[in-house]
Amino acid sequence: MKHLNATIILALGTLLTVFAAAFAYDDLFRIHAIILAVHLGAAAIYMARLVKVDGSGEVEDKSGYMDGPIRIGVILTVFWGVIGFTQGVLIAMQLAWPVTNLEPWFNFGRMRPLHTSAVIFAFGGTALITTSLYVVQRTCQARLWGGAGLAWFVFWGYQIFILMAATGYLLGITQSREYAEPEWYVDLWLTIVWVAYLLLFLGTLFKRKEPHIYVANWFYLAFIVTIAMLHVVNNLAVPVSFLGVKSYSLFSGVQDAMTQWWYGHNAVGFFLTAGFLGMMYYFMPKQAERPVFSYRLSIIHFWALIFLYIWAGPHHLHYTALPDWTQTLGMAFSIMLWMPSWGGMINGLMTLSGAWDKIRTDPIIRMMVMAVAFYGMSTFEGPVMSIKAVNALSHYTDWTIGHVHSGALGWVGMISFGAIYFLAPRLWGRKELYSLRMVNWHFWFATLGIVLYASALWVAGITQGLMWKEYDPQGFLVYSFAESVQALHPYYVLRFIAGLLYLTGGCIMAWNIYKTIKGDVRDEKPMVAVTSNAKPAE
Amino acid sequence: MSKKEIDEITGTETTGHEWDGIKELNTPLPRWWLWIFYACIVWAIGYMIAMPAWPLINGATKGVLGYASRANVVTDIEKAKDAQQVFLTKIDETEVGDIVKDEELARFARAGGSSAFKVNCVQCHGAGAQGFAGYPNLNDDEWIWGGTIDEIYITIAHGARDNADDDTHISEMPAYGADELLEKDEIISVANYVVSISGGEADAALIGNGAEIFLDNCAACHGEKAEGVAELGGPALNNAIWLYQGGIEAITTQINAPKHGVMPAWRTKLSDATVKQLAVYVHSLGGGE
Repeated sequence: MKHLNATIILALGTLLTVFAAAFAYDDLFRIHAIILAVHLGAAAIYMARLVKVDGSGEVEDKSGYMDGPIRIGVILTVFWGVIGFTQGVLIAMQLAWPVTNLEPWFNFGRMRPLHTSAVIFAFGGTALITTSLYVVQRTCQARLWGGAGLAWFVFWGYQIFILMAATGYLLGITQSREYAEPEWYVDLWLTIVWVAYLLLFLGTLFKRKEPHIYVANWFYLAFIVTIAMLHVVNNLAVPVSFLGVKSYSLFSGVQDAMTQWWYGHNAVGFFLTAGFLGMMYYFMPKQAERPVFSYRLSIIHFWALIFLYIWAGPHHLHYTALPDWTQTLGMAFSIMLWMPSWGGMINGLMTLSGAWDKIRTDPIIRMMVMAVAFYGMSTFEGPVMSIKAVNALSHYTDWTIGHVHSGALGWVGMISFGAIYFLAPRLWGRKELYSLRMVNWHFWFATLGIVLYASALWVAGITQGLMWKEYDPQGFLVYSFAESVQALHPYYVLRFIAGLLYLTGGCIMAWNIYKTIKGDVRDEKPMVAVTSNAKPAE
Repeated sequence: MSKKEIDEITGTETTGHEWDGIKELNTPLPRWWLWIFYACIVWAIGYMIAMPAWPLINGATKGVLGYASRANVVTDIEKAKDAQQVFLTKIDETEVGDIVKDEELARFARAGGSSAFKVNCVQCHGAGAQGFAGYPNLNDDEWIWGGTIDEIYITIAHGARDNADDDTHISEMPAYGADELLEKDEIISVANYVVSISGGEADAALIGNGAEIFLDNCAACHGEKAEGVAELGGPALNNAIWLYQGGIEAITTQINAPKHGVMPAWRTKLSDATVKQLAVYVHSLGGGE
């Protein structure tokens, strides 16, 4: 009676959401409930058609691992990546050409959280869940704990979160907390999914056959545990009605701001840094076929990173109503964070010792190296920007956006692409990728995009910061805000072009992965032949 | 579990662990990494001693440098105010029309006015004070409420049609069409007349009749030669400058049911010195009388 339970649960869920729509306190909640009911209903019908009474189940993976959700995860990661990058290009266009803001659903105010959530939570989150489930099984030599039901619940439960968050933004449902925009009921749902994810991960770790826990799993676990804590605390709120969208934060004033940036900064720290370090620690040595550079460094930098990161949030609130002492601590901890962050970069890069020639011959390694290089760059830039004297110039300017993107496009994006290229042939039992040359094209489009993006916004941010601070000899401000906006137009256009380059790379990847899954191999000159006249490494 | 071995390429011992084929070298911490990490910690401790850093039951440690960002802002603002105070006091004491007589004071007033204009006025009048339909251009020499510094000052201070200000400029052109004060063909005639005197192409057959209607209905506010009456806020109609739009169609629309713009009285939002500076600046834009 396979799929019967899933069908019943989905049908009950549909019924529940239909009731929620019927008794909704406000129209937005009703629309949101209807959207969910339609999706759950469609899924229930789909599952019902799969129900087999004779008891024949799906074919077990030959590997003995549970790879079903991971295969879907790879496809969805690529999908969300392309969607998220497209969103980015669209809002870059809206900033450069305001006329492209379409009221009310597609204006910048609603599209911006759609973009940030699409790349961080949909693309990044799906990549993290997917790779963590792959890595934990391989490095523990254990099948996922809790059976197929738990793994699929975590997987699709998270996608429901994405669906509700994204449609909510466009409808105008938001609690206005950066990177935590979804309202209370979506937050509650994510909490349930996340606790299930934690149980799934911990359960698998407990039943491992290896005596030790591999470093990648420390980072993944730190990511899961800390995100649970951050998410719950930052979203504490009182709903106006249990059948309405609106809620009020438990905190107010500067405490509210501090809670938000404690969350916001550690979303960067534990979602975008620790989680992806977990990814790096597995896929980098696997692809390079070299041992990890230093076990000792991995221990020290892991503990130092997670201990120090959690205190650095106040640097987002320099020169605000936040007390001076909090700002001092935020800055001091950010500076101390520099080397622990770089520990991951050293371990990543030095793992290539003895395999440096692969940068030339293997575009996937090249991608991973570029990821680690951008990781190093942005984890240096971060502490620099946390210094109050620098922050006085950089805060509220586009420099911050540039910084975030060198981390997101450079580090998070590139390491995820590397992992996807590693996973696709293995998960579908293909001997190789459809095309390594297309990986190389992806690499160059993405790299050019990032470099153009970061440099355009450095110039934009510094220009902006200097214009805001400019006084004439009589002591009057020289520029109005609108004039600084006008001055940035060329850089906004450049940023739009940079986004297009990065998106192009993403589309090349999508095609490559699609063809790999189909089992095709592109007829092309092998990568190595290009460099055959170069001297061998060493 | 595999046992410890020596990695051939690096010559470093492994830890003996292996996961899915991944081994780990037991390389010691890179010295430069460790020393920079230590240096950052030492610096952070020093910084936390120097600055307010640790929360106590009441307040927090003050730090040996005695830094306090709020006190610094207060001092900075006071310093900035002190630097301008001489001029501001002088502006307060001087009649607005006399400011330009003092070259140094005038330069200060224009700089301050320009700065205040960018923050408060560009939203309606445009970044170059060029105006938009319904929002007067301030660079030309047509002034609805008068273009001397004194008149500009009054307009900025009290606004136009701002009900909250007792001394605000008030004028309201009757809705000749909507309220049936004129027939439709009369409105078209007068529109043709207005276009003709402002140098546009009009229907010659209607101009004569239009001129009569103009004298009877419009001249009281717009002047007999349509040169405008600043005291009543009646714009000049004998030039190519149009608050809304030129052309027979737009003018007909305006006569039929006129639009009336509103400008806020700025004296409640800005200091008197700032309003004076704005008046001097706007007057200097090119069209002041």
